[in-house]
Amino acid sequence: MPNQESRDNPAFRMSRRKMMKGVAAVLGALALPEKDAPASVWESFFQKHFREMSKPELEKVLARLEKEYSEKYRKAVKVRATPPIEGVLYGYGLDLSRCIGCRRCVYACVQENNQSRDPQIHYIRVLQLNKERGVDLEDAEHYYNPSKVPEKGHFYMPVQCHQCESPPCTKVCPVQATWKERDGIVVVDYNWCIGCRYCMAACPYGARHFNWKKPGLPAAEMNPETHYLGNRPRPVGVVEKCTYCIQRVRNAPGRYTACVEICPVGARKFGNLLDPESEIRYIIENKRVFILKEDLNTRPKFYYFYAT
Amino acid sequence: MNRDRLRHGYVPGMAAFFLCLAVGVTPAAPLQEKGKAAKPRVASAAERQFAVPTPPFTPGIFPCSECHKEMKPNPTRRELKDEHTNIVLNHAQGQRWCLDCHDISNRDKLRLVSGEKIGFEESFRLCGQCHGDKYRDWKVGVHGKRTGMWNGEKQYLLCVHCHNPHDPGFKPLTPLPPPTRPENVK
Repeated sequence: MPNQESRDNPAFRMSRRKMMKGVAAVLGALALPEKDAPASVWESFFQKHFREMSKPELEKVLARLEKEYSEKYRKAVKVRATPPIEGVLYGYGLDLSRCIGCRRCVYACVQENNQSRDPQIHYIRVLQLNKERGVDLEDAEHYYNPSKVPEKGHFYMPVQCHQCESPPCTKVCPVQATWKERDGIVVVDYNWCIGCRYCMAACPYGARHFNWKKPGLPAAEMNPETHYLGNRPRPVGVVEKCTYCIQRVRNAPGRYTACVEICPVGARKFGNLLDPESEIRYIIENKRVFILKEDLNTRPKFYYFYAT
Repeated sequence: MNRDRLRHGYVPGMAAFFLCLAVGVTPAAPLQEKGKAAKPRVASAAERQFAVPTPPFTPGIFPCSECHKEMKPNPTRRELKDEHTNIVLNHAQGQRWCLDCHDISNRDKLRLVSGEKIGFEESFRLCGQCHGDKYRDWKVGVHGKRTGMWNGEKQYLLCVHCHNPHDPGFKPLTPLPPPTRPENVK
């Protein structure tokens, strides 16, 4: 029966303040990696933002990532951080009079950019629209699956990240894990992203995708030529998106993106907007060009046009 | 004070202007050709060189002259019965037949309307005779497909790499699978 004596002499003395301090210390210790975790886990935990890292720090990080990925996928994986080419601003053209909706671009992108197969992530979404109603996004069919395309009376419009000049996604990121590079590509530092998905809410084109689970990427299908800001294998809980195949286009000389190369009807055009001789400049100057959701003032660098 | 400055600079300025007009701007060309009659301009034979991949011949068929150098050419317009029966012309077949595009004396060459003979790797010039707007777009890369480097070496796919010249309409393709519907994601 509790009496005054036992209340005055408790079995062990602890004030509430002391208890809270102790609990906070324990939680803080639990948040750190385990004592016996490999050095790479400690290093990735304390890794700086991509833009803050010095060159030797970055090289160390790339070496660590190459080692990790090579072990995991049992092939010689390269992770590069090729900087942007001077005097280049990438632009993309999509010829709506040619696209037949075959979706070869979707799967070429999946192959090139090491996207998760299960759960499924596609950077490109092809919409089937009615010729009579024109570009009416609310009337678009995403899951069309006829035996042959194109279907009569329909035209097809693929949508992917438009690499906007005034991107709403980079404005809302609370940790600045996503930003627009000098050559116009909007990139994500997967080690800095906290997975809040605010950028996904901000994007008007539905171009950003989240890794809800650990990405299922079979080792046999993995593309070993990767870029830190592009197609290196992503962890769970980060946002990813089309980066105009940054691992391809920034090389000197740069290859075309995977979607441009695979398109069987030549509906996709890619080039440097600052080069007056490029095909994308010719398209903007000579063809009927429009951009999606122009009223939102995102200024995308992805131009839909009609060549005929 | 400002008006004086303007006036002092005005006259020399106008004099310089008219002097320039008289000397620099007058074109020299008409002065040279005054004595000669105007010559018609002839376009050069190959307007520009394009790097193209190998034309998509049926395997074993090229060079055509292997069979055709012994055969006597028959210019009569007819439907072929002995050979090449698998080729059904579905491309202006009312207006043309085989030897309007293929050269009668040298089957390894194609024939332009002007009578000029061109190789199969230049077949875009033949197509461009009728399809000028597509040809102009192809030359700048807006029509058709290029592979290679966006800022380096490119290969321009020929018209015939995508369009069968005897039956050019694109055949519909089977689409690849649609994305998983959200309700089907496990």
